[in-house]
Parts: sequence; C-alpha cells; structure tokens
Amino acid sequence: MNAAGFPLLSLITWLPLVGGAVILSVRGDEETIASNARWTALWTTLIVLVLSLVLWVRFDPTDAGFQFVESVPWLSDYGLGYKMGVDGISVMFVLLSTALTPICILASWESIQTKVREYMLAFLILETMMIGTFCALDFVVFYMFFECVLIPMYLIIGIWGGPRRVYSAVKFFLYTLTGSVLMLLAILAMWMHAGTTDIPTLMTTSFPPSMQTWLFLAFLASFAVKVPMWPVHTWLPDAHVEAPTAGSVILAGVLLKMGGYGFIRFSIPMLPEASAAFAPLMFTLSVVAVIYTSLVALAQEDMKKLIAYSSVAHMGIVTIGLFTFNEQGIQGALFQMVSHGIVSGALFLVVGVIYDRIHTREIARYGGLAERMPGYAFVFMLFTMASVGLPGTAGFVGEFLVILGAFKVSFWLALLGGAGMILGAAYMLYLYRRVVFGRITRDDLRAIMDLSPREWALFVPLIVLTMWMGIYPSSFSVFWEASVAAMVKHHQAAMETAVKLAGVIN
Amino acid sequence: MNWTLALPEIVLACFGMGVLLFGVLRKQDSTLLATMFTIFGFLVTGLLVATGLPGTGFHGQFVADPFSTFNKLLILVGASFAALMSLDWNEKQGIGRFEFPVVMLFAVVGMMIMVSASNLMTLYVGLELQSLSLYVLAAFARDDIRSSEAGLKYFVLSGLASGLLLYGVSMVYGFSGTMDFVVLRDQFANPANISAGLIVGVVFVLVGLAFKVSAVPFHMWTPDVYQGAPTPVTAFFAMAPKVAAMALLLRVMATPFGHLLPAWQSLIVIVSIGSMALGALAAIGQTNIKRLMAYSSIGHMGFALIGLASGSEDGVRGVLVYMAVYVFMTAGTFACIMSMRRDGKPVEEIKDLAGLASNDAGLAMALAVFMFSLAGIPLMAGFFAKLYVFLAAVKAGLWTLAVIGVLASVVGSFYYIRIIKVMYFDPAGEKFDRRPPALSFVAAATGLITAFFFLFPTPVVDAAQLAARAVFP
Repeated sequence: MNAAGFPLLSLITWLPLVGGAVILSVRGDEETIASNARWTALWTTLIVLVLSLVLWVRFDPTDAGFQFVESVPWLSDYGLGYKMGVDGISVMFVLLSTALTPICILASWESIQTKVREYMLAFLILETMMIGTFCALDFVVFYMFFECVLIPMYLIIGIWGGPRRVYSAVKFFLYTLTGSVLMLLAILAMWMHAGTTDIPTLMTTSFPPSMQTWLFLAFLASFAVKVPMWPVHTWLPDAHVEAPTAGSVILAGVLLKMGGYGFIRFSIPMLPEASAAFAPLMFTLSVVAVIYTSLVALAQEDMKKLIAYSSVAHMGIVTIGLFTFNEQGIQGALFQMVSHGIVSGALFLVVGVIYDRIHTREIARYGGLAERMPGYAFVFMLFTMASVGLPGTAGFVGEFLVILGAFKVSFWLALLGGAGMILGAAYMLYLYRRVVFGRITRDDLRAIMDLSPREWALFVPLIVLTMWMGIYPSSFSVFWEASVAAMVKHHQAAMETAVKLAGVIN
Repeated sequence: MNWTLALPEIVLACFGMGVLLFGVLRKQDSTLLATMFTIFGFLVTGLLVATGLPGTGFHGQFVADPFSTFNKLLILVGASFAALMSLDWNEKQGIGRFEFPVVMLFAVVGMMIMVSASNLMTLYVGLELQSLSLYVLAAFARDDIRSSEAGLKYFVLSGLASGLLLYGVSMVYGFSGTMDFVVLRDQFANPANISAGLIVGVVFVLVGLAFKVSAVPFHMWTPDVYQGAPTPVTAFFAMAPKVAAMALLLRVMATPFGHLLPAWQSLIVIVSIGSMALGALAAIGQTNIKRLMAYSSIGHMGFALIGLASGSEDGVRGVLVYMAVYVFMTAGTFACIMSMRRDGKPVEEIKDLAGLASNDAGLAMALAVFMFSLAGIPLMAGFFAKLYVFLAAVKAGLWTLAVIGVLASVVGSFYYIRIIKVMYFDPAGEKFDRRPPALSFVAAATGLITAFFFLFPTPVVDAAQLAARAVFP
C-alpha cells in the first residue's frame, strides 16, 4: 500500500475516464449535450487537479525512491504487473498534466462548437493516458499509455483542426508510431534479459554494453520523435499549426515532455554506458536543433509555426541538459521541461485568443494590438519574456542551469547552447514587435476586444506559476533534487564499474 | 475404442442432418428456424467441447486435448457470429435458404475434425469436408456472377492446394512408413531418419496449409473470394476456417515435424515476412472495404505466423492468443461492414463511410475501435495479440522478422487509420438504413471485448498457454 492509504495514483489516472462515461450517457438535444459535456469535463479535470495536489502535499521530497506505489498482478507471466508510483521526477509531470488539462477545457469553451461531446471525451481520455504514462512503473504498462496517447490526439487534430488537418494528423500518427514500435522491441528484449518489466528493478539491472547500444538506438527512435529532436521534428510544426488551440497547448505542454521523460527515466539510468557513448551525438543533434530551428523560427510568417519551432529549440536545450549527466544539467533540463510546458502552452493560448477573434495566424495581418488590447499586450509580453528566459521568469532558471551543466562538459557546448538564448530573444521579440507594436492598419483590428473574464481565468494561473517558478524556483526543484542526485550517483557508479571492467579485461 | 472423445463432432453432425431433414420436410420457409437450430447446435457442441475429457481415440487418429478445445471453441464462436449475421442479410439479398446454415454447420464439423486430427489421413478428411462446404458457401448467391466466380475460383485453387497437400502427405508416408503424428515425431527424433525426400514432402504439406490460411505467396484467391462471396460468407471465411487452418498448421509443424524445425523455420519466416509486407502494402490502394479486409487478413496471418516461426511453446501461445483476438475483431468489423446499406442495397466502398461519425456515432465508434485494434494500438485487444507473438520472436532471437513485423504494422496502421479518417474527418454522406438488431448485438459485444480486453487478458493467455503445451509432447 502507499502513504495515502488508498490507490491515489490509479484514482487520478482513471477518474477522467469516469467523467468520459458520464459525458457519453448524457441525452437530450445538441445544446444540452454540449453544455453538459463542457461542465462535466471541467469538473472532472478540476477534481483530478485537486486530487493531484494531494500528491504535491503528501509527497516526501527527501525520499529518492518511488512513492505512492501500488501494484496489482495483471499479465501474470514473466513478472509483468500493473504497477504505479511516482518519484520526484515524474510527480512534476503528473502535476503539469493535471494543471494544463482544465485550462485546455476552458480554452475550448467557446472555440469548439461542433461535436463538443466527442471533443471533451477525447480530452478526458487523453488526460488518463498522459497521467498513466508518467505514473506507470511497469515498462509495458508505460508503453501502452505512451502509445495510446496517439488515439485521442489524432482525433483532436483531425476532427477539430485547421484546413490541412488530415495531412497533419496522419503525419503525426505515423511518425510517432514508427518510433514507438521499435521501442516495443527493445522493451521485449529487456524483458527477456531481465525477466521482468518492473521499472525500479530494470534501473538496477545492468545490460551488456553491446545490447545497450541497440536498446539505446531503439529508445532514441521513439523518444527523439516525441521530443522532437532535429531531424525528426518535422511533424511538430504541421501538427501544431493544424491542431485546435487546446490541442497545441497539450501537445507542447505535455506530449513533448514524454520524450524527455523517456530519456531521463529509461535511457539514462538503464543504459548508462550507451548513454555516455552516445552523448556526443545527442549534443550535436541538440545544438543543431537549437541553432537551426531558431533561425527557421525567425523566418516564419505563421505565429503557431514560429512557436512550434521555438519548442524544438527549447527541447534541444533540454536534451543537452539531460546528457551532461551532472546535477545542474539534469535539474536544469527538468526545470526547463516544466517551465516550457507552462510557457509554451500559454503562448499557444495567447495566439488562440487573437485567432478566435480574427481567424488568422498570419503575423503580417496584425500590428498595433497594444492600442486596443492593453491587457493582452501585457500577458503576451510576460510570456514572451519567459520564453526568452528573462531572469525572474520560469524560463531563466532552466536554461541557466543547463548551460552551467554544459560548461562542466565542454565550453563549446555551453557556448553553442547559449546561442539559442540569444536567437530565442531575437525571434520572440521580433514576433512581439510585429503583432503588438506599430500602428493598426486594418479595420477589423480597430474593433478587437481585450481579454474576456474567461480568458483572464486561463492566464492568471499560468502567470502565477511562471512568476513563482522564476522567483522561488526551489519550491519546485526540491521535489526532484533527491531523485536526480541518486540518479547521477547511480550513473557515476555504473561508469566506474564499466571502467574497472575494461581495466580487468585489458 | 473411446468414441466419446468425438462426441461433439458426432452431435453436431447429427444436428446438421436433423436440420436438413427439417428444412426439406417443412413446406414453408424455415431459414430462421434452421439458423436458430444451427446456432443452438453450436452452443450444445461448445458445451460438450468445454466439458469433454482429453484423450486419444480411433486408433490414434483423433485427439482431444486443450489445444483442440481452445481452437474448437474459437471456431464455434466465429461460426455462431457468422450465422447470426447472415440471417437478415440473406433475406434481404434473396438468398435466404435453409441450406445456408446447414452447409455452414458441416463446414464447422470438418474444421473440428481438422483441429483434432492426429493422423495425416484424418487431417485430409476433415480438410476436404470443410473445403467442399466452403465452395458451396462462396457461390451461394448463385445468380450473382461475382459470387459464382468466387466459388469457382476458390474451388479450382483450393483443389490445387489440396492436391499439393495430398502429394506431400504421400511423400511423408513413403519415406517414413506412417501417418500417425506421434509415431512420426518419435521417428524424427533420430536425425538418421530424416531424408531429403521427406523434407520435400513436408514442404508440400506446408504449401497446402499455407494456401488455406491465405499466406503469401499462396494468397491470390483471397481478395477475389472475399469481395465476390456474399458478405456473411466472407465474414465466416475470415474467422472459422482461418482458425482451423492455423490450428492445423501449428499442430502439424509442432507435433509430427517438430524436430524438423531447422528445415521449415526459414520457410515460415519468409512466408510470414511476405504476408505482412503484402498485407500492409497492397491494402493501401484498395477502395473496396471487403477487399481491404482480405489484404488485412493476409497481413494478420503473417503476424500470427511470427509465433510459429519462433518454433517454441511461447510462439504457439502467441499464435493462439492472436487468433482468439482476431476472431473477435473480425466479427465486429464485418458486423459494421454489413450495416453499410443504403436504400436496401449493400454498399461496400470505403468512401461510403464518409462522415459516419455524425450520422451514426455508435457504429463509427465501434468500427474505430476495431480499426485501432487491427492496427495494434495499445489498450485495444489487437495490441496484446501482437505483443505475444513479438515476445516469442524476440525470445527466439528472430530480430529481422521482429523488426520487419513492427514496421509492417506501422504501414498497415496507415490504412486502418484512413478508415477512421474517412468516418470522422470527412463531410457526412447519406445515412445508412436502420440496421438489424443482430448486427448491433454482434458489433457491440465484440467491440466491448476488443476495447476492454486489457482488463482480463489472463484467462485467455493461460488457456492458450495450456493449449500450446499440448502440441509439444
């Protein structure tokens, strides 16, 4: 059993599905169904959020191991079971998922008018799968949640998306599926080798170096697509541009983090030698991602596409941090993931606000919004600054720590990674200038309305979180400090053993 | 002689003759009653199978073991679904005759004998009883040129395959002097008894059986027969005979020829890769959903054969789990396909499904579940089916096969999700006619099983494990 005395994680994971069942059972005319679906979805996700706050309160940050563990035998053979639990690394992602979902529901309140019931159902299923991915302590269970995320997301992009939605949805689906099936084979191989799929056990199992190489490549195929790393990032701009606003928020906020989470949960602790061997490759790909996609972002005409490319660049910083294998780097990467989840999610909401009013995302169509929408200009500026990494906002802490960690590895890595911050400032400020400053030249912009109370309700929690993370970061980082320290120690121990073994052989 | 071992088959055959007499003697139309009696017969037989004792009878010609029980139950389930779905369809298409369930019933008797065969002769008798009934079923819409063509094509090609099989059997007999599975196995335990002629015989047997499961390169009949035959017949073809033929293949390869694994393993690997690749690639261009299902079934047989290629108990277990899941997914998919009817006429183009989600949310959701499951996306039953065969392949170290397999499943998922795309993303077309309750029942029942298989996988896997152990004596 666990600290809370009852299966809290399973409750959080599966509760959204119960909400989904309630939505399915609603009868009546279309208007009733839509309104009921909206409210049911909102309440369900809020209850899940409150329950996940129990996690936040009861979590013991001094314990590096897994907490709230629950285990039920499931597929009995070879030690496969339904096992859930969180440690300092995953608990933050659970909270990120539960916090962003109600915001997404609220963001879709008015912009989604067709098939509302199905939309809300898809989001609730998505929430279950996201939380399950981060809670699973069994590799096969993890894979199932990880993969099942595709179904609701495919439908969200394909049904409620923009004009090229079908192309983007199919591309998203096939890209991510290709990566994950290779990972499935790797999981099966590990299962055969270790005789179990229990994640804590696998973390302490040592795999032979030649096997590690292949396993690492298979994991890379899956997680690199999810992160996404250059050069397999091309599905992301398409998916972001065509997805509805809330879909983009979840995609940038949580789904991309699954890739980073995969690296930190599986690749690095389970395959330490292969991770160390492949670190130069990871650094190269990440640095290319940071610089190349930043330059690409500079040239974009579509706001969502610009932010999508900026996501690739920011996730490049994350992968640099992860593969430094020191505490600063990994903590920075984690911080960057959480802050990027909030900030980029917020930026997509920011774009959604004006898209709902003018129905275009073309940057050139805007200009001078500050005159008519001062509140909006303020919110936009705040998140622009957070994205750029201004000290005092969430974005700064993560990037700073990663660059600190990268310095320990190589000066050039830190320099090139840091160049991303400069380029980031360039494209974000350029975007902000073109949209918000200047003079209003179009008639429809003259009549544009500032943020509505509902929209303020979306942004206020995100603003609070962004500032909180920037001003007092340790209330977040305290959760993963112990886990990361244990992980770094484990990695160093594994590397020393490897060196010793090599010495014995020679 | 312990004849009670064959009690289920005997009872079912008696049921068949009873229904036949009843249909002939009764003056008015008795399709409904005949079908109901047939399904009742399946039910009674199923109970007998489930409660029957294991053993070998008829001088070693016939065996009842957990393996035969597992497969017989699957065959009966598949046949019952097909019979249930045929009722309304046959009536509307003007082919509602009482002979339909009777012929189906005799085909099932043949399949059950195949599954229980422990002698190459019994195997052939069962196979022929099954095949003869299936020819009739394929051509059952005798006024429809495509159905007649399907029947004839199936007859000619299947006859050829039976000939090859028989030729192989004769060679095996000639080089070993016996047709009994257990004796054959004991002989081959000694490598001195293995000769080149024998291997040729085994290859011919393998070819004959590969034809019956429609594996590449013996798949040519499948698309035409699937498309031409009346849809309930196609549904039946996709379920029961596939299970029976796969069971036969497993038993023959594992029990008598088990020691020849190095000889046939590479053949199965090639057949499996070919089936998966063709199933995935050729289906992409299809516009007719029945044809698409034909290619899809070729692909799925390829995936199932991965388990056989592993040549282990785990592999056979994987195949059995695969077939069990496959029967339910297929039954549901065909229930959905049969619900596609406009102005009394069946439609079977994929584009006819356009916008189904807004016209009929329930049907669209069911079909979406089946498509995701066929594609092998987790939480659906199809994922577990693939998991177990890939597990066996990885355990056996067949990496090439496993990697090609997962990549083929990605390519395959493209056309499955295309159907979902048509249903959910495209603008709505005309509505379908009201569907009969039997189809709704089948779609809902199999849909729930497919979607919630993850809650109760253990009993199925354990039963398959037990069955797999039985073919490795």
